[in-house]
Amino acid sequence: MSAETNYEKIFGWPESLKHNPTHYCPGCGHSVAHRLVAECLDEMGLREKTIGVPPVGCSVLAYNYFNFDMVEAPHGRALAVASGIKRVHPDKFVLTYQGDGDLAAIGAAETIHAANRGERITTIFINNAIYGMTGGQMAPTTTLGQYATTAPGGRDQKLHGNPLDISSMLAVSDGVVFAERCALTTVKQIRKAKKAIRKAFQCQLDDLGFGIVELLSPCPTNWKVSPKDAWTWVNEEMVKTFPLGVIKDSTGYEDKK
Amino acid sequence: MPSEKMLMNGSQTVGEAAVRAGCRYYFGYPITPQNELPEYLSSRMLDVGGAFIQGESEVASINMVLGASAAGGRTMTSSSSPGISLKQEGISYMAGTELPAVIINMMRGGPGLGNISPSAADYFQATRGGAHGDYRTPVLAPSGGQELVDLTFVAFDLADKYRTPVMLLGDGLMGQVMEPVIFPDFIDLDTLPKKDWIVDGCKGREPRALFSMLLGQGQLYEHNLHLEKKYNTITAEELRWETKYDEDAEIVIVAYGTAARIAESAIEEVKAEGINVALFRPITLWPYPTPALRELSKKVPKIAVFEMSLGQMVEDVILSVGERSEIYFHGLPGGIIPTPAQVAEFLRSVAKGDGKVGRRIEV
Repeated sequence: MSAETNYEKIFGWPESLKHNPTHYCPGCGHSVAHRLVAECLDEMGLREKTIGVPPVGCSVLAYNYFNFDMVEAPHGRALAVASGIKRVHPDKFVLTYQGDGDLAAIGAAETIHAANRGERITTIFINNAIYGMTGGQMAPTTTLGQYATTAPGGRDQKLHGNPLDISSMLAVSDGVVFAERCALTTVKQIRKAKKAIRKAFQCQLDDLGFGIVELLSPCPTNWKVSPKDAWTWVNEEMVKTFPLGVIKDSTGYEDKK
Repeated sequence: MPSEKMLMNGSQTVGEAAVRAGCRYYFGYPITPQNELPEYLSSRMLDVGGAFIQGESEVASINMVLGASAAGGRTMTSSSSPGISLKQEGISYMAGTELPAVIINMMRGGPGLGNISPSAADYFQATRGGAHGDYRTPVLAPSGGQELVDLTFVAFDLADKYRTPVMLLGDGLMGQVMEPVIFPDFIDLDTLPKKDWIVDGCKGREPRALFSMLLGQGQLYEHNLHLEKKYNTITAEELRWETKYDEDAEIVIVAYGTAARIAESAIEEVKAEGINVALFRPITLWPYPTPALRELSKKVPKIAVFEMSLGQMVEDVILSVGERSEIYFHGLPGGIIPTPAQVAEFLRSVAKGDGKVGRRIEV
């Protein structure tokens, strides 16, 4: 064998991710979502012009993992902070990475209005139907019957109201040009999620409007099931409340087969 | 070139001064009595290549300010008392993250929805931190007119110099009244010191992260000590006040903002009766100009504190002069505009020491 054999690198560590081990629980969806975001930024050459806003929640420390500029926002305010950033740097790429409590409960107003303004911002929305960091309380997206520490008998429509499908709510606004819901719990869906993220990023680059990708994400720790069962629950139960697929696409992009 | 002399209301005055001081990003939510400020800036910001967003709430607006500040812009928001309460979350985060910004509070009467007449009842909120955590916000108190212009420039410079939110504490009266003002020339944004901590994309450098959460052992403790050091520097170097005094003064009246202007008229009124009153007007409310007031208290035996509240700044007067002086207090809370005649009555009562108007403070 010659020492000069040329190897082609076909897989590696994305430059948009730091070489830090994450603090996420075994089986958590955040690591996969981080990786997808990082791969897309790398492939689209965006890392050095990206400014990210993590939420308050499990991914509050995302700036330890993402290898680009980041600004921490108060709980729920990511899209307001991002709107301020985008005004100063309209030529930069601005994304928020938010959980369901952050985006759909305490930050519902900021989310709806930023989306409705058609902010040229991309939001990655991690929906795990639970408050993870605080230990498993009911989320706006907790499904009916699902156990939470503040819904100990399971979410009851009369007691707790309904799970909120905020992505569909946002989609009615003309400010939103792209909304898709994917899951992080099958290989096929993970590949779809990556495609959706790329598309949402492209909307911002093309100055079309607001784009959001909702990712159904397993939380074995707070669901109190094994990672494997958590994946199964997303694929078989959670999708009944949050059906997968494109919610809105007015980008006019032709999907490559 | 400085402007011609112009007649503008206080809210618009602050808006034009902010633009000339380099502010290019304004975010706010309507509330009376300061709506002329966002209205003015909604077009003015576009003239100068800046940006204006009418936020969906005070909470959103202050967080847009946070984002614009992190991104390196000179940025501001404005509101009046109830709206400032809503902004406290963002102010605490900016203090913790060390982000500069200017926050205008044209105070109105409270508590609750209160009413839209001027008041000075947000002194505690402004000077004691306002939100959670061990932080301070420099607070500048203009008395209206030209000082609104001058202190707006100071506010932006202080904010950048110390990487801190700075509050300009006016009230509904000075926000509404039209006065003649002259604006300095536009500052050249390129001459401002470069900010080496902002987020603008990591091209050619390591990525930056701006945050206020510090989980590591001892990190938050150290950060708080770092902030304390900064606050100590501000306290040592940034005190501002105005004294009008002559050697015959038997009383010094301590008042800020609109209350100080009313007090000046009252001083004139009682002067004709042979009561000689000096004026001490704090311009920085935090840090409070304690050393100057303490010096003055050695020369004038009686201190009369007048506020458009039921007694907030008087606590800083007590902290400044303690038992050294005879302190009298008279406060007229939100809901009315005090008259010089009311303050003159107070001064006559202080001169006699009869305690009939206001009250003697027992320290």
